Amino acid sequence: MHLAKVIGTVWATRKVETLEGAKMQIIQPLDAQEKAIGSPIVAVDTIGAGPGEIVYYVTAREAVIPYRNEMTPIDASIVGIVDHIDVYAKQE
Amino acid sequence: MILARIIGTIWATRKEASLEGAKLQIVRPVELDYQEKSGFLVAVDAVGAGVGEIVLVCQGSSARQTELTTQKPVDATIMAIVDKLDVTEKT
Repeated sequence: MHLAKVIGTVWATRKVETLEGAKMQIIQPLDAQEKAIGSPIVAVDTIGAGPGEIVYYVTAREAVIPYRNEMTPIDASIVGIVDHIDVYAKQE
Repeated sequence: MILARIIGTIWATRKEASLEGAKLQIVRPVELDYQEKSGFLVAVDAVGAGVGEIVLVCQGSSARQTELTTQKPVDATIMAIVDKLDVTEKT
């Protein structure tokens, strides 16, 4: 999994029908210091994270697992909202 | 998923048999302001999007999670046509 910040939402009416009702959030991947890394992506949100919240998300085929219908093309989904991060190792 | 714009279409008569009837579109990833990035992907179109439209593209094995692409050699599927983006936070 990776950390990210919810920065927006995607509205799409014409889509694969099993995505009907799915909330699609724009997320900015973050490092452990909550600094932005890489480009924003779109993830399905079955948890209900709000804008600005720090979340963690799962990618690849596993991203379909939290979703109610397995026959849905999803390669990133938010699986948790972060309360607090403790980093013990020194970051190079 | 990534945001991308459809910039073209691929026509191929000789191809993997199971891809018969699948529409192959060329997509270019875009930024949140729809500014085009470099590079492109070929993706199977599962929603009937047109050239120029901004779409969502799913990649990897998940791309096969549709009736159209299941059991086929597909690793990128266009699964939504974007109406609007609400970007509320700065990255």
